[in-house]
Amino acid sequence: MLKITNLQAKIGDKQILNGINLEIKAGEVHAIMGPNGSGKSTLASILAGREDYEITEGEVTFKGKDLLELAPEERAGEGVFLAFQYPVEIPGVSNTNFLRTAINEIRKYRGQEALDAVHFLKLMKEKVKLVEIDQALVQRSLNEGFSGGEKKRNEIFQMAMLEPSLAILDETDSGLDIDALRIVANGVNSLKNKENATIVVTHYQRLLDYIIPDFVHVLYKGRIVKSGGKELALELEEKGYDWLK
Amino acid sequence: MDKFIEYLESEFEKIQTESEVRKQAFEDFKSAGFPTTKHEEWKYTNLKNVFQNSFDSHAKSDLTAEEIRSQLAIYQAVEANILVFLNGNYLPELSKIVSADKDLHIQNLSQPNEISQKHFAKYAPAHEAFVALNTAFANGLLLKISKNTVLEKPIIFHFLNDSTQANPLLQVRNLIVLEKSSQATIIENFVSIGQNLSLSNLVSEIIVEENAQLDHYKLQNEGENAIHVGTTQIEIAQNGKASNTTISLGGKMIRNNLNMVLNGENCEAYMNGLYMPNGNTHIDNHTAVDHAKPNSYSNELYKGVLADKSTGVFNGKIFVRKDAQKTNAFQSNKNILLSENASVNTKPQLEIWANDVKCSHGCTIGALDEEPLFYLQSRGIPKEKARKMLLFAFVGDVLDRLKSDFVRNLVNDSIEKKLA
Ligand SMILES: Nc1ncnc2c1ncn2[C@@H]1O[C@H](COP(=O)(O)OP(=O)(O)OP(=O)(O)O)[C@@H](O)[C@H]1O
Ligand SMILES: [Mg+2]
Repeated sequence: MLKITNLQAKIGDKQILNGINLEIKAGEVHAIMGPNGSGKSTLASILAGREDYEITEGEVTFKGKDLLELAPEERAGEGVFLAFQYPVEIPGVSNTNFLRTAINEIRKYRGQEALDAVHFLKLMKEKVKLVEIDQALVQRSLNEGFSGGEKKRNEIFQMAMLEPSLAILDETDSGLDIDALRIVANGVNSLKNKENATIVVTHYQRLLDYIIPDFVHVLYKGRIVKSGGKELALELEEKGYDWLK
Repeated sequence: MDKFIEYLESEFEKIQTESEVRKQAFEDFKSAGFPTTKHEEWKYTNLKNVFQNSFDSHAKSDLTAEEIRSQLAIYQAVEANILVFLNGNYLPELSKIVSADKDLHIQNLSQPNEISQKHFAKYAPAHEAFVALNTAFANGLLLKISKNTVLEKPIIFHFLNDSTQANPLLQVRNLIVLEKSSQATIIENFVSIGQNLSLSNLVSEIIVEENAQLDHYKLQNEGENAIHVGTTQIEIAQNGKASNTTISLGGKMIRNNLNMVLNGENCEAYMNGLYMPNGNTHIDNHTAVDHAKPNSYSNELYKGVLADKSTGVFNGKIFVRKDAQKTNAFQSNKNILLSENASVNTKPQLEIWANDVKCSHGCTIGALDEEPLFYLQSRGIPKEKARKMLLFAFVGDVLDRLKSDFVRNLVNDSIEKKLA
């Protein structure tokens, strides 16, 4: 589904990614761990299409297409979704209106008909229940005045609504209390199927108790320095990153 | 410029007025002269090139009654009093007055009347050249909303200027009195056709008597050759309440002077504005709220979205006189520049002589944030659409303040068109 080959990227003069290789197949869950500043969010942002970075080497294909050639909205149309580490507040844009626009733009991209109001509301009701998000939050301006945890939960709600084929969760677990963590994980797990894949960026084993990864990768200084199965996360929890440097 | 003043002199002779007020006003105009950028209040709005053109007070129009009527279709969502002006002249046969005369009385301003005797040319600053010139030529209506009348049907001024044949010069003057405890919604909508220049010099004087309530809208949707200088003067008596919303979407050069005077206790004044110039358009909003008596409240929110090479000016004055203790005044001006070539000058100006007051003001100028744009795009929304959503969100709190759904829809449609 996703193939990253020798991806190198910089911002200004600062080299951040130093040759990343990663292949993700449909149905898999990959965890990416690594110390602060190692480039996890950078990788996630580049996959979603943020333009601040300069790709100096390498390529990324998604379902056979050159992902780096696509605009962010086209990537969403192809099924890429990034749950942001720091979701932005957008006053004056209602969550509902935003989601309806997003869904219908993605449908348009795929050559599908727009969802009418009735079906949209039905879908929303279903997903509100799934991720146990407060109905009041859904009515409000996008993320405006949301607590840290509420923002994260709203990301998962959006993911549930958009049903991406590749979801990238950038530290969606940080700032969540244990109940919220369980709900978020449930949401992710219940959306999981043979056709989609998930990348979970996290610092903590805690989340991986709920979302069991097939692979764990350690990112350090813009490179994947170690990959393994789910046991690797436990080992990291115990020993930290020093032994890998 | 001298040629233009000569033209005005000959035109003034032609009207052969007996009115001392008008004669004095013309003298005042001549001694003031048109402002240049040396004038503190006109620093950023340069009229020099305007007066290199000639203008015609009697510009003709070929528009048929049918063509004008078809323009009025935009108002059909509401039952309203519609007053049609073509090139500055009131057209009673195309206008429609649906309110009863006992509630809403309308007559020509120059027809003798004790109300105009009492109020005409008493409020808008007489020493300002444009106001003085307008007073000299004043061409328009007197409206009176009777005591205790809640006028359900709005009053719409449809100001159409047609520059297909000449460069029209318009000097519309309206005097509107909301008598004690009355209530009215008044909409001024400015539209134009034609490729020549036009120059509108408009003055609206509005008296809000004790306990009366006014919602006033000025909607500017003129073409790119229309020059507009306008003064809206609103005088509010005790317990009176007034709002003005000025939405400027099109024109070549716009200068709006909005003066609100709170002349009694417990007055409320709201000033909302939105300006969205593009191309080479210049929009200058000078607002002044004058708190003369204690315990009054004013709230001002102006927002600008400036594209291309357009320029904007916001000057917001708040006066709090010595008597006006316990005044509460709030002002905010926020701007988004959509291009590196667009610019805006914003200046709050507070003059406070009382000591027990609450005043706050703030202004911002910036580009459209990249972060929200990327967020929306990452959810599948194309960049242009995402920009539009964010701009709508930015102007949203001004639109939210519009009390009339009818006006909101009208404005929404114009903004949609503008952003398309
Ligand atoms: N816009 C930028 N300008 C300059 N440096 C940047 C920018 N964005 C990221 N960096 C730098 O790139 C490096 C990688 O940042 P990134 O956010 O990808 O790390 P991370 O692994 O996600 O860290 P964390 O665990 O703290 O979230 C950091 O050193 C960061 O300071
Ligand atoms: Mg990060």
